[in-house]
Amino acid sequence: MPDHALPSAILCLPFAAAVATWLMRERGHNRAAWLMTGTALLGLALSSWLAPHILAGEVLRQTIPWAGSLGLDLVLRIDGFAWLFMLLICGIGALVGVYARYYMSPDDPLARFFALLLAFMGSMLGIVMSGNVIQLVFFWELTSLFSFLLIGYWHNGASARDGARMALIVTSGGGFCLLAGMLLLGHVAGSYELDAILAAGDAVRAHPWYTPTLLLILLGAFTKSAQFPFHFWLPQAMSAPTPASAYLHSATMVKAGVFLLVRFWPVLGGTAEWSWIVGGVGLVTLILGAYAAMFEQDMKGVLAYSTISHLGLITMLVGLGSALGVVAAIFHIVNHATFKSSLFMAAGAVDHEAGTRDLRKLGGLRRVMPVTATLALVAGAAMAGVPLLNGFLSKEMFFAETLAVRQGPLLDAISVVIAVAASAFGVTYSIRFVRGVFFGRMATGLPHEPHEPPLWMRFPIGFLALACLLVGVLPGRVIGPTLRAAAGAVLGAQMPVYSLAVWHGLTTPLLMSVLAFVAGCLLFASLRRRFDAIETAPLTSRFSGKRIFERVLVVLAADLPQRIERLYPSRRLQSQLLWIVLLALLAGVLAATTAPFEAALHWSSIDPAFALLWLLGAACAIGAATQAKFHRLAALVLSGGAGLVSCVSFVWLSAPDLAATQLLVEVVTTILILLGLRWLPKRIAGYAPEGWRQRFRRRRDIVIALAVGVGVASLAYAAMMHPVADSISRFFLERAYTEGGGHNVVNVILVDFRGFDTLGEISVLAIVALTVFALLRRFRPAAESISAPEQQRQQTRLEADGPGHAADHSLTDYLMIPGLIIQLMAPVIVLFGMHLFLRGHDLPGGGFVAGITVAVALILLYMARGARWVESHLRVLPLRWIGAGLLLAVLTGLGSWVFGRQFLTSAFRYLELPLLGRLPLATALLFDLGVFAVVVGATVLMLIALAHQSLRRPRQTPAATAEGEG
Amino acid sequence: MELVLAGAIGILSASGVWLLLRPRTFQVIIGLTLISYAVNLFIFSIGGLRTGADPVLHQVAGDVAQYTDPLPQALVLTAIVIGFATTALFLVVLLTSRGLTGNDHVDGEDGTP
Repeated sequence: MPDHALPSAILCLPFAAAVATWLMRERGHNRAAWLMTGTALLGLALSSWLAPHILAGEVLRQTIPWAGSLGLDLVLRIDGFAWLFMLLICGIGALVGVYARYYMSPDDPLARFFALLLAFMGSMLGIVMSGNVIQLVFFWELTSLFSFLLIGYWHNGASARDGARMALIVTSGGGFCLLAGMLLLGHVAGSYELDAILAAGDAVRAHPWYTPTLLLILLGAFTKSAQFPFHFWLPQAMSAPTPASAYLHSATMVKAGVFLLVRFWPVLGGTAEWSWIVGGVGLVTLILGAYAAMFEQDMKGVLAYSTISHLGLITMLVGLGSALGVVAAIFHIVNHATFKSSLFMAAGAVDHEAGTRDLRKLGGLRRVMPVTATLALVAGAAMAGVPLLNGFLSKEMFFAETLAVRQGPLLDAISVVIAVAASAFGVTYSIRFVRGVFFGRMATGLPHEPHEPPLWMRFPIGFLALACLLVGVLPGRVIGPTLRAAAGAVLGAQMPVYSLAVWHGLTTPLLMSVLAFVAGCLLFASLRRRFDAIETAPLTSRFSGKRIFERVLVVLAADLPQRIERLYPSRRLQSQLLWIVLLALLAGVLAATTAPFEAALHWSSIDPAFALLWLLGAACAIGAATQAKFHRLAALVLSGGAGLVSCVSFVWLSAPDLAATQLLVEVVTTILILLGLRWLPKRIAGYAPEGWRQRFRRRRDIVIALAVGVGVASLAYAAMMHPVADSISRFFLERAYTEGGGHNVVNVILVDFRGFDTLGEISVLAIVALTVFALLRRFRPAAESISAPEQQRQQTRLEADGPGHAADHSLTDYLMIPGLIIQLMAPVIVLFGMHLFLRGHDLPGGGFVAGITVAVALILLYMARGARWVESHLRVLPLRWIGAGLLLAVLTGLGSWVFGRQFLTSAFRYLELPLLGRLPLATALLFDLGVFAVVVGATVLMLIALAHQSLRRPRQTPAATAEGEG
Repeated sequence: MELVLAGAIGILSASGVWLLLRPRTFQVIIGLTLISYAVNLFIFSIGGLRTGADPVLHQVAGDVAQYTDPLPQALVLTAIVIGFATTALFLVVLLTSRGLTGNDHVDGEDGTP
């Protein structure tokens, strides 16, 4: 028997059907609706298949291993309680599918609607079948998400969007608390498996974390089940299409919270905290919901508040703490789901046929819709708790429980009074609901001429109303075994003795029922006109949870961020940089105070030459800092000096590769910035007056800079003096030759061991070059830097005055000899670059250095002969270089796949060539060739793009700027 | 040796940070250049300083201790190239910003010098 795979089949079925429905995308509503109904029926049939096991008290488990080391496996666990919910979810799902087929207009995107309903069905099944609490939270959040999408299904309406958003924020916020609570619970219990947690009840209750765990889990349950003070989202959720309301917001999703309460009652329940919080919240919700429901004018609004009230009743039953209370709670979950979803469907039918749901406008519809009226009457009576219907039975149990619990005379009295009052209110709003719509004077002026809805729309209402009646008359036969299995699964050995009979004799609960019924009828009779006259419930509507929620949302999402932005303006780079530096400083100070600085100062080890070198370097750095404002060229030269000093340090400290790269990069950077200098505005010392603010700022920055300098210096010293533990460098040194085939370990690391990093790096380089290129294509220089610089104009004037010379002749005169030398040297430099490239694997060199060398050769040519000359003699296509380089690097990496190795695995061998001798030939060399090409392309692209700005200046006006060029 | 280099790193970063907090784009770009020198030297020095022990293998199965640590060098090598790329990008951005706003203040408004 394939029972072991059945749970996962039941769980996957709705999701698969949802995807199928989504893919159909057709606007006709038949196929999607039947797919939904069929799926639900199939789920129901598969669940029923399990009945013999479940009714015998077995627990079915299916474990799909996933992340076992984290204690996270996909565990599906079906016991009686979960099974009861599965029947509810699939059964009502099937009915809702049929109903929605006739309710929804064919103009709506129906594939989406049914796909969402199906996905919701799967998520809800996931909650009840989860055998792992983290998995439960996952499905929990999924139901919140699908509820959000279903409430906002008609997203053209603002109320739908607002309601959806509110429901999502409240329920998913609760879900977040639930996750935290489950993590705590799992930690306390030592496992995330439901079975282990259920077995660890005593340990959990005794743990010091019990209260926070309980509070977090309760927050999840209360938000989901719309308990006070989070109840306000449910009436707003009524913007959802009625089938979704009937399914999600009365029968299943809102029951998830009470499901959780019942499920964890054996673990968390039975303590004073549990009774006070759960019982208290349930009590308040019960009376508040019933009270508000009486004053609602919208049919769905009445049902929504009534749902809140009934959920409060269930919560209170669980909170009372007795095993019998849990049985009653489970029983009422089923009963409420039956009568409430049938009432929702009836309300939808009225809305569908009459065009309105306003109780004040409707009336007398029993004449035109007799069947619907009868069915709604039955379901409404069940809601009011009339004998011989299911609502009566669970309400009797509820009354009996309130009488049985002993918390102290005053509290007992209060809970009994409130139970009776809420029940009386329930009678009142049930009468108002049924009478206002179906009885009384026939309504006139309705948007549509009402008539009986189609048969298949009445069928689900009728089926559920019949269920109410059957359970009410023959409870032991119809629901007895299922309820026993469900309660047994939760309570285990604590299973109490109870009887599901209709008649228990003349008991106090019966008297309370009668009292409530009479009081409700009287209340309706006396206040009938008042109900119709007022818009909102007196007293409570002042403290509207909805308004508070919206206020909080506005404060959190708009006011607070605006205030923060005013305080810390994010549009000013200067203050942001200041904050970053200050925070880094703070972090450094904190780290320094916690990890004391121990290294002693070694004055003796100072090499005087090295010290002298850095004296020069420090002077350069400080000079650059002081000169950068008014003497940009000097600052550039000085910072280049500091760069050269650090380059010498690299040579000194055995890093030839670094020194070479640093030197060349220094050259290229300097050329680049020199090209840019021309576009910056003039700045003359003493031009702008200096206020106290500027002086203060400068002194403050000097202090900060000095602090950073001292901090970094001591950190660097501490790091250098810290004995190096056996690092991974040994690995690279030992294997550079044996596995990478090269003597130059740095190069082998770059192109072989860490080749993937280098691939990323050259990609960055390529992207930056393209960005620079793109930015410069649309470059608009400032107005005053468009014309030729002053020096150039003077020179031109001088030349124009002098006889017998062409314009610009001084340029060619001055640069003739250097130009010739450079032109002759360029091939030599390129050759040197190739040399650097080829020897890179074994000696200092490599793709980076070689690439920059070749780029420098090209730039020198540009400088010496001018861009036009170079471009007419040489085709420089930097974009091609970049593309080819990246392609080569990636293809080299992919090549190793052909040989069944991992990406970028390299192979090497030696090649004997005439003249050149024995050459090491590794595939890493090909990769390095790619690096080389990218570096050449990127460097040349950036430099040329910038250099061209000056070139095209004379023939452009500010309006007609950049034409692209390579 | 270590003391000198640490002091040098400190002076470079202090000069860099001071420039970083200045309002002019050119000052910031020079500041970033100086900071990148400091950071490169810092990363490089993490492995400890060695003279005359370059990480180029002399014979195949030699003693590992006679070479300097190659890993910081590989890291710094890429850092130098990336630093060049970001400097270039920043330069072009500052030129564009200068063209659009008409001044060279980092926040695009010429209120304070």
